Amino acid sequence: MKLLSSQDWQAHAGKFIALWTDAQYAYALYQPAELVATPLVEGAYPALRHKGAAWFQRLAHDGYGHNAIGAADTRPAIEHFRSADGTAPWPEFASPGGEGVHQVAVGPIHAAIIEPGHFRFSLRGEEVLKLEARLGYSHKGTLALMRGKSPRLAARFAARISGDATVAHSIAFAHAAEAALGMTPPPRAVYLRAIMAELERLANHGSDIGAIAGDAGFSFLDARFALHREVLCEAARAAFGHRLMMDMVIPGGVAGDMSSGGAAAILAALLALESELPGLTRVFEDYASLQDRVVGTGVVSPALAAAYAAGGFTGRAAGQNHDARVSPGYAPYEHFGLEVPVEQDGDVAARIRIRLAEMTESIRLIRDMLANLPDTVIAMAPPSGSGSGLGVAESFRGPVWHWLRIEAGAISDAFAADASTLQWPLVEFAAATGILADFPLINKSINASYSGVDL
Amino acid sequence: MVWKTLLRHCIAQPAAPRRQDPAAVAALRQRLAAAGHEKLGRSLAIRHVAAGSCNGCELELRATQNLIYDLTQYGLSFTPSPRHADVLLITGVAGGNMIAAARQAREAMADPVLVLAMGDCAVDGGVFKGSPAIAGGAEAIMPVDLFVAGCPPEPAQIIEGLLALLEVNDILLARPVRVPR
Ligand code: SF4
Repeated sequence: MKLLSSQDWQAHAGKFIALWTDAQYAYALYQPAELVATPLVEGAYPALRHKGAAWFQRLAHDGYGHNAIGAADTRPAIEHFRSADGTAPWPEFASPGGEGVHQVAVGPIHAAIIEPGHFRFSLRGEEVLKLEARLGYSHKGTLALMRGKSPRLAARFAARISGDATVAHSIAFAHAAEAALGMTPPPRAVYLRAIMAELERLANHGSDIGAIAGDAGFSFLDARFALHREVLCEAARAAFGHRLMMDMVIPGGVAGDMSSGGAAAILAALLALESELPGLTRVFEDYASLQDRVVGTGVVSPALAAAYAAGGFTGRAAGQNHDARVSPGYAPYEHFGLEVPVEQDGDVAARIRIRLAEMTESIRLIRDMLANLPDTVIAMAPPSGSGSGLGVAESFRGPVWHWLRIEAGAISDAFAADASTLQWPLVEFAAATGILADFPLINKSINASYSGVDL
Repeated sequence: MVWKTLLRHCIAQPAAPRRQDPAAVAALRQRLAAAGHEKLGRSLAIRHVAAGSCNGCELELRATQNLIYDLTQYGLSFTPSPRHADVLLITGVAGGNMIAAARQAREAMADPVLVLAMGDCAVDGGVFKGSPAIAGGAEAIMPVDLFVAGCPPEPAQIIEGLLALLEVNDILLARPVRVPR
């Protein structure tokens, strides 16, 4: 960590990833893993100008009451219900104005089986002029619950920051705890973690692509991909005892070894998916009515993606070549020569193509890892030390970062940034490139997590 | 590709349907009989409300609709509108920021209504129990008829719980209209 004066803090250049505060400092994280900090002065710090910083500054204010001096956007991010009498006044949603412009309010309860959030669209006819997302409905106080607990105990909260990325969050959290305590997990645990993470990626990429097609009225792909997700979840249960592999990754290793029939179950699920994937890809590419809905829809331009340093397939579909498995990189990916697909179009179709390419790569990775699984112990007990550490893992939707300070074996401060924190602003921009009826496709194609941001 | 797969499905043997969990049926029958419940049909429409979940429960709830579990074969389906729904299915901890919205959804439903709390979070707050940001489970914000525990419960367990609702439903008589608060 580099300590900066407030001038240097503001002048610092680089691709901004995250910002948070503790009792003493404000921290900012830049790609690939550069951590800088500046002391808080009377609970405040100078606001950063990076595009992506606004959300984090709002979160720091809502969570800890620390102000970003000079911030342009000071709306609450998650704590809406603060008034003393428990009422929740609706904020003013600024409209772009003009003749015939009206607003449509959606949520917090949505039509499908998904998490809550409020969307306020400003429309002219069907055309979306502006979207403002009001989040925080899934707020559970997760980070505060981690304090005072040992890393092993607190891992249960990290695993529930975003259930669809439970493995990735658990890995990032374990990386942070291991960095803070200066320990290296045994090789077998590192391989098993990566196998679980790639299974999670496959399950989510597939079911999201299917769901996008389903939203375009094309339920065939939805049904097939949902079936593959089911087969992958059952393989995960056979191998690791839990369909989502929740609580399997713990600081110091993994909670249990793969079952004796686990590898065979995983390989069978991979084979089923692999043999149908080319056909499903062809269906996606060949049906004009489907392509019509996804090509040119919800464009995130490369310039916008760069300004927000967007990670994951959202960034990689718009010219960003960043993948946390490669840079900063973590074990065991250095042994497997990961291919990172990149496209420039930035539309729904490009995001789907990137995810299809990543699925093929994940299948290969899992096979290679299973074939080379080291024969060591699977976990070591974390020492009861002190220190602070940063950890990252690439979830299916992008990098997730965890930061911990541990004092005498108990967590005294914790921070977690899901990839979604940088992606929600992109959802807002992408929505304003099309009509209202395209929003479900756009939203699902980025699939930012609500819980991952609301914490 | 599309046609071949569809054809294969037409000739394939479907999996045996699931049954309700007898223990859950007995417990629920007792509970509802004590309260007296107005009769609903054999087909229930479900309105799901996520009230502060981690989204793990939603993944498994969605999985009940896939080709393996095929929820609609039991006469159970999801509906976007609370006005059309018989069952309010709550996931999540009942976070402070969702209390008002979840209650509004309940109020928008026509009685009789069955309320199902799904997942450890909705049962009692789960791992988040004790957080000041949450009410701590669905029962803290409205009366609940059935709890399905698990983090997250597996699709088979969710279906067994829903089937228990179907099972007790047809023997019960007039239950007073309940207004949550
Ligand atoms: S019960 Fe478990 S899976 Fe369900 S919302 Fe709560 S933490 Fe997530």
